[in-house]
Amino acid sequence: MELLLAIVIGILFMSATYLMLSKSILRIIIGTGLLSHGAHLLILTMGGLKAGSVPLLSDEAASYVDPLPQALILTAIVISFGVTSFLLVLAYRAYQELGTDDMEEMRGTKTNE
Amino acid sequence: MSLLHLAVLSPFLLALIVPVLYKLFRQIHTGWFVLLLPILLFSYFSRFIPLTKQGDVIRERADWIPSLGIHIDFYVDGLGLLFALLITGIGCLVIFYSIFYLSKEKEKLNQFYVFLLLFMGAMLGVVLSDNLIVLYSFWEFTSLSSFLLIGYWNERERSRYGAQKSLLITVLGGLCLLGGIILLSVMGNTFSIRELIAQSGQLMDQALFTPALLLVLLGAFTKSAQFPFHIWLPDAMEAPTPVSAYLHSATMVKAGIYLVARLSPVFAESGTWLWLVSLTGLITLFWGSFSAIKQTDLKGILAFSTVSQLGLIMSLLGLGAAALHYDSMGENIYLAATVAAVFHLINHATFKGSLFMVAGIIDHETGTRDIKRLGGLMQVMPITFTVAIIGAFSMAGLPPFNGFLSKEMFLASMVNVLELDIFNLDTWGMLFPVIAWVASVFTFIYSMIVVLKPFTGKLQLSLLERKPHEAPIGMLVSPIILASLVVIFGLFPNLLSTSIIKPAVAGIQPGFALDDFPVHIAIWHGFTPELWMTIGIIAVGLILYLFFQKRQKPLLLLPDHLSLNAVYDASLRELERSSSFVMKWLMTGSLRTYLLSIFSFFIVSLGFTIYWKNAFALDTGHFAPVGFYELLLAIVIVVAAIAILFAKSRLTSIIILGAAGYAISLFFVLLRAPDLALTQLVIETISVSLFLLCFFHLPLMASRKEERMSFKLNNAVISIGVGVIVTLIALSAHSNKLFDSISSYYLENAYKEAGGKNVVNVILVDFRGLDTMFEISVLSIAALGIFAMIKLRLTRRKAKS
Repeated sequence: MELLLAIVIGILFMSATYLMLSKSILRIIIGTGLLSHGAHLLILTMGGLKAGSVPLLSDEAASYVDPLPQALILTAIVISFGVTSFLLVLAYRAYQELGTDDMEEMRGTKTNE
Repeated sequence: MSLLHLAVLSPFLLALIVPVLYKLFRQIHTGWFVLLLPILLFSYFSRFIPLTKQGDVIRERADWIPSLGIHIDFYVDGLGLLFALLITGIGCLVIFYSIFYLSKEKEKLNQFYVFLLLFMGAMLGVVLSDNLIVLYSFWEFTSLSSFLLIGYWNERERSRYGAQKSLLITVLGGLCLLGGIILLSVMGNTFSIRELIAQSGQLMDQALFTPALLLVLLGAFTKSAQFPFHIWLPDAMEAPTPVSAYLHSATMVKAGIYLVARLSPVFAESGTWLWLVSLTGLITLFWGSFSAIKQTDLKGILAFSTVSQLGLIMSLLGLGAAALHYDSMGENIYLAATVAAVFHLINHATFKGSLFMVAGIIDHETGTRDIKRLGGLMQVMPITFTVAIIGAFSMAGLPPFNGFLSKEMFLASMVNVLELDIFNLDTWGMLFPVIAWVASVFTFIYSMIVVLKPFTGKLQLSLLERKPHEAPIGMLVSPIILASLVVIFGLFPNLLSTSIIKPAVAGIQPGFALDDFPVHIAIWHGFTPELWMTIGIIAVGLILYLFFQKRQKPLLLLPDHLSLNAVYDASLRELERSSSFVMKWLMTGSLRTYLLSIFSFFIVSLGFTIYWKNAFALDTGHFAPVGFYELLLAIVIVVAAIAILFAKSRLTSIIILGAAGYAISLFFVLLRAPDLALTQLVIETISVSLFLLCFFHLPLMASRKEERMSFKLNNAVISIGVGVIVTLIALSAHSNKLFDSISSYYLENAYKEAGGKNVVNVILVDFRGLDTMFEISVLSIAALGIFAMIKLRLTRRKAKS
């Protein structure tokens, strides 16, 4: 299971990196989205998988899975959502002002000129 | 916190109030308020004289960072007290002088006195701290306040240049000093100077001893303007004259001397120390005095003379170290070198302080400091002339002034070198008296130039900016006091010997009993070699002076492009050029370049660390079994991640991203993380709609041509590298458990402490509640940013331009 997930994480990071290195701003944002998915799975894998039951305290369960990575990921999901939406609006507004979504073309332009 | 701490802190506290005083009492010169403090401090420190005279010390401790062994320990012994008295005493005179020198209408007095007080406090801190880290902090503070004072007239280009130069050189030395301090603390396991001195015997044998010695000396040499770091001092003369008199003759430049003296007991046993300190001092002495006679600016001459006098004191301190190797002798003649160093330190502060003030008076009254334009001022400024002649004759080493006494002691110490038979000194020792003698001849010449050029000869009014007359009495008080001290110390040198000099020498040479020190100083000591040397200096000096008078251009001029200043300027230019080159190379403004370098660094650094530390481990024992659904979901995610690379339209990419997101939330369900699954589902839905809103429903965007990403090999290589590294990290992070997890704490206490059964929720809202609050703040900031971006329309101002 961990081996499988590690490979999935690797592929997610690979695609994310490739997308982030492209010129189109949309692809870059999609890349960051994939990257955060990969990071979430990475944190979860580090803590160990399926070593107990769901971390809801009850009398039946003998052991629980690690709750700490879950708490971390919960925070990370929300933050990455904030970043993604900010980037999206930034890209949209940049396109409106500059008429391009190509990072190379955006470089060094000034709206007031 | 004690009275002593308060005394050192008081200049800083007053510096806080000075701007208010300046604003409230514009009619009164701010200097009058400031003057009270050094007077108070001087009398406070004078109380310690009877204590240190008996060899007692005063220690006060306040904690700063106790866990690192850093305490604000102030320690008053003879050496520290001597400097504290110099700082506060000369401080009084300089501030009094500045009240008349700086006009309250034209100058930014609030800034000036704030800087000066900062400096005074920092300097007191340097000389009274026992903890090396505290000493270092104050040390850098003196560099900083000196920078501000040199650049006080910041509208002048030369002031800014001089300020920058002094800052660069002294701070560079300061960093070396910090390195030396850290090495010392590594060896001795303490930052306390006294504890280091106590174990100096063991330190010598350690491998780090010599590097520590060199670094500490670099710090001291840059601060005390020793060759070849002296170049900042002449440029520092752009400061207002009271500052030059205070910082660059009496106090700050002596911080380096203080450091060498203070750490002598730690290092002095070693031959490197003896050779390095005394030889650097001698070279500086020679080079400074030689350069001084080529100057035409009065303050320039004094600057180089300060350089040379500092070299003299430095060389004496170096030779004093020889005393440690002859402790069996009844009368230790090498201790005399240390005594001479301390005595000359005091004398230099008095005569150089008065000479600087005289230079300031001349500048103030005539509008120039150029000795080629000055002359004949004796008739119009008789009092200033008297002060100048006392100061200059003392500097030249003429009787009956104090400079004569310490100069004789200096020459005697140099002659004594001939009898040394350690560290190859028996072969090279002859150099010392010869260089000392030649340098003393130059010293005599520039001393004569300082006093004779401006005051004798013909008064050429047409060359001066204003008609000179005697300075106001207020401006004369301070130099007169200093000049009288020159005479008093010259006639009654033993006023100082047991009260001040002996305790100070005891601080430098703690291995000897108080009564061992030959501090009895006499004007007449028979026809000794040093007396003959002095007579020779006067004779040769007079002949050379008359010879130089005839020639307008001094001989032996070094070409400008070979000087140390040229080296400094060139290296500064080169530094600027290369850093801007590197900046241009790195900061291209292209996101792709930045990301490429970040990712490459990521791969190389992590890959190398995994390889080097042999960190990769695969422990298949704890692996969970793979179920059918998990395999299915994993395939979905992998397919999605790869398909997204080949997607042609934006819409397809967005949908694939959404699919991957949903697959991951299902994964969370299987991995027993229901909260994550729920959150991910909600967030994914909102994200996809946002994506669609931005890029699909906007006709402007949809009409753009869409194409498949073209394949780029280097991007692919980097991406695959990142993927592989992350996989390796995921596996080894799972297999290596270096520490016990803190998770069990939360599992045990979630219900007990917080009364919640959902452990993840309890962590978020209770145990780590503050983190969650900050998370919400991040979201609100993002929301504000988004709102601003949508509402804010950048108006095009084309019509206007």
